[in-house]
Amino acid sequence: MKKAFGRFYLVLIFAFLYAPVLTLIVFSFNDSRSRGNWGGFTLKWYSALFRDRHVLSSLYYTLTIALLSALIATVAGTAAAIGIHNMKKILKSFVMNLTYLPVISPDIVTGISLMILFVFVRLNLGFTTLLLAHITFNIPYVILSVLPKLKQLNKHMYEAALDLGAKPLYAFFRVILPEIMPGVVTGFLLAFTLSLDDFIISFFTTGSGVSTLSITIYSMARLGINPKINALSTLMFIVVLALLLIVNKRSSANSKNGTAVMNI
Amino acid sequence: MSKHIIELVDLVKDYDGTEALKGINLYIRQNEFITFLGPSGCGKTTTLRLIGGFEKPTSGKIIFEGVDITDMPPYKRKVNTVFQKYALFPHMNVFENIAFGLRIKKTDKKVISEKVSRMLKLVNLEGFEKRSVDSLSGGQQQRVAIARALVNEPEVLLLDEPLGALDLKLRKEMQLELKRMQQQLGITFIYVTHDQEEALTMSDTIVVMQNGTIQQIGTPEDIYNEPKNAFVADFIGESNIIDGVMLRDYRVRFAGHEFDCVDKGFGINEDVDVVIRPEDIRLVPRDESPLQGTVKSVIFKGVHYEMQVDDHNGYGWIVHSTSMEPENTDVGLQISPQDIQIMKKVSAI
Amino acid sequence: MKKGWISYPYILWMIIFTIVPLLLVMYYGFTKTENGTTVLTPDNFIRVMEPTYLKVLWRSVLLALVSTVVCFIIGYPVAMILAGRDISRKSTLVLLFVIPMWMNFLLRTYAWMTLLDRKGLINTLLGALGLPQLNLLYTDFAVILGMVYNFLPFMVLPIYSVLRKIDRSLIEAAEDLGSDTVTVFRKVIFPLSLPGVVSGITMVFMPAVTTFIISKLLGGSQYMLIGNLIEDQFMRVYDWNFGSAVSIIMMLLILLSMGVMARYDKEGTGGGLF
Repeated sequence: MKKAFGRFYLVLIFAFLYAPVLTLIVFSFNDSRSRGNWGGFTLKWYSALFRDRHVLSSLYYTLTIALLSALIATVAGTAAAIGIHNMKKILKSFVMNLTYLPVISPDIVTGISLMILFVFVRLNLGFTTLLLAHITFNIPYVILSVLPKLKQLNKHMYEAALDLGAKPLYAFFRVILPEIMPGVVTGFLLAFTLSLDDFIISFFTTGSGVSTLSITIYSMARLGINPKINALSTLMFIVVLALLLIVNKRSSANSKNGTAVMNI
Repeated sequence: MSKHIIELVDLVKDYDGTEALKGINLYIRQNEFITFLGPSGCGKTTTLRLIGGFEKPTSGKIIFEGVDITDMPPYKRKVNTVFQKYALFPHMNVFENIAFGLRIKKTDKKVISEKVSRMLKLVNLEGFEKRSVDSLSGGQQQRVAIARALVNEPEVLLLDEPLGALDLKLRKEMQLELKRMQQQLGITFIYVTHDQEEALTMSDTIVVMQNGTIQQIGTPEDIYNEPKNAFVADFIGESNIIDGVMLRDYRVRFAGHEFDCVDKGFGINEDVDVVIRPEDIRLVPRDESPLQGTVKSVIFKGVHYEMQVDDHNGYGWIVHSTSMEPENTDVGLQISPQDIQIMKKVSAI
Repeated sequence: MKKGWISYPYILWMIIFTIVPLLLVMYYGFTKTENGTTVLTPDNFIRVMEPTYLKVLWRSVLLALVSTVVCFIIGYPVAMILAGRDISRKSTLVLLFVIPMWMNFLLRTYAWMTLLDRKGLINTLLGALGLPQLNLLYTDFAVILGMVYNFLPFMVLPIYSVLRKIDRSLIEAAEDLGSDTVTVFRKVIFPLSLPGVVSGITMVFMPAVTTFIISKLLGGSQYMLIGNLIEDQFMRVYDWNFGSAVSIIMMLLILLSMGVMARYDKEGTGGGLF
């Protein structure tokens, strides 16, 4: 009885969660412009999407910004994490507060404050400012993914490497980095996704001519309903699902390897 | 003899096809301190959890004071449990933890506080009422867990390796204290442990288990002195276990020699296990015994020396003695007939 | 690895890109430029106290609270069911629960536009059944629905992860001491899940009180929450001084609610609540 009720409740919740998404997808194939009636199957919204230069340029900017900002944030964040890990307590807590600040402060405040800064130093709002903003909100997430791995690290491993004659840089790349790599990769993926997904901060820190997909969607949605958005959502959803499945497979394969190694 | 408080009848427990218990039959007397002893995975904890009601047996019955309680939920059973890692409620202080069961029974407030203080006194934790359980040491948490169970005045207390997380010295102290409490309260304790010394120290009755079956039931003395098979002998204390042949009643051959013994009733020339405790072997000058060997190693164990003596067949005898022979000395091994224990071979252990 | 210095570039970066901007917001919030001269003034904050703006603040807090409560009521049972023992393929279910969250926030909100619209799917279905059509879009209801839809996972996941970590033996101990299922929940499971509830509440309330997208898309272009007020000041009215003052108030609101939640968290784990 209890079990059946639980199942029923879950089904309801999943219906609530998926209904809007599925409707969106179904109506992206709808020949009629209406949101309520089915006018037959079509791919015309997709072809319209691929002919829309505005959408294509925002796709380009979205991917470029996401990739660049995630890469830079990963390198900078990993270095920062190692530094923070070795800091004295007082300085460490200051830096950690600094790191948490953008994580907890509302995106809209981060957005407008960065916008004020850029305007204040007379930086033209556009690609550069967008990239700077994305790097800024990405670094903390990389640090927060790498730090736990550093904490798990055996303190003496680095010393052991030095003891065996490794130069510090060599020791870092051959001993430390492989150990914290899972955290670094997680940090990169997290930064990449957050950057792809961001709307609010981008909205305030970009200028005319440079638009990300989120911003394009927002300006389209504000004008009302547009089947092209449905087509775009469908594509984005499928890409994200594929990414998710790949990441999942990767991590489960990793954990299998892990146990295999441990069994030896 | 006092009456049987719990009876286990043909208890079988299956976990996804693997049999954790293969038909346990056992009765537990009132007021006794009974211990389930065995290596991990032997089914001792499963048996305890079945009695506590946390698991349902695949088949078989549990009888409590003559009533079948197999399907009764744990909160209706008149038994209480001290859990392996104490399972104290982290969001409650010591007082609230102990008062938990009484509050559920809607006991009067004054009675609750009286009973809790009496319990705290019993476990030597007076004045700890307001402390948070996280601030207590392992030993203190252990005592709270015991008080929390005992305050409900159960007729049977189940203890699942309760001392496992404590250090050696504390464990010894708690063993004595648990025994004292059990005698003082006069209730049945069912105790689970893999530590044979603990079992021997505390129990009235020991149930040795392995692979989901009972190997032997008896008093600590029985189990130690008269182990029923090689598994029990090996598990209870160190033993020399070697293959032997029963030549006839009172005569056995092992290690290339014939010995007198006190066992009979085996078949002529039957293969048997011969078990000899390390402390029952005396080292004598080599000519005084037919069984001879060379001392290979000597370790000082605090009270006694442990020596390994290899005989001519290459078997390494473990010998405990308060005096030691230096390494590479040739010695004789002397064993009295009453210290030679003969056991039937257990085919599939 | 005693090299603290390799994080100095990062510290410098964070000072330039988080501390300085916040200081600039403060600067704008407390100043005013009239006829080319900039003066220190509390005027911007005094203006926030005008009834029009107070109403916006009040509405933002109220809607966020309602959404948080709804998320809690709907979400707690979900977390319990997901964490429950009798659910097989648990990780698949949790994944299924998370997947919609991977769709872009804007698109998720937009999806409700197409559903709630006057000519949307819900009204078409109602019409087909012969029922009167409803004005769903551009209402408080739509905004709350959008918030609940977007933030429900933020309530469920922290509660789920706390519930899943509760030691089974605590529940067994409670049963052993005489609690039936309801009592076990009331006296053990719920109090122990409070840290998850607290972070769930925080994680729903924060984005709900600061949003401007949900209110704009589902509430209509005239719909005002604090977020919309800030956006307006920076992107349309260009009154950065007033916009900064409102932002500072929003930050204070966030800090205040975090402080309150932190306090409850302490009490909750201390057992003072029940």
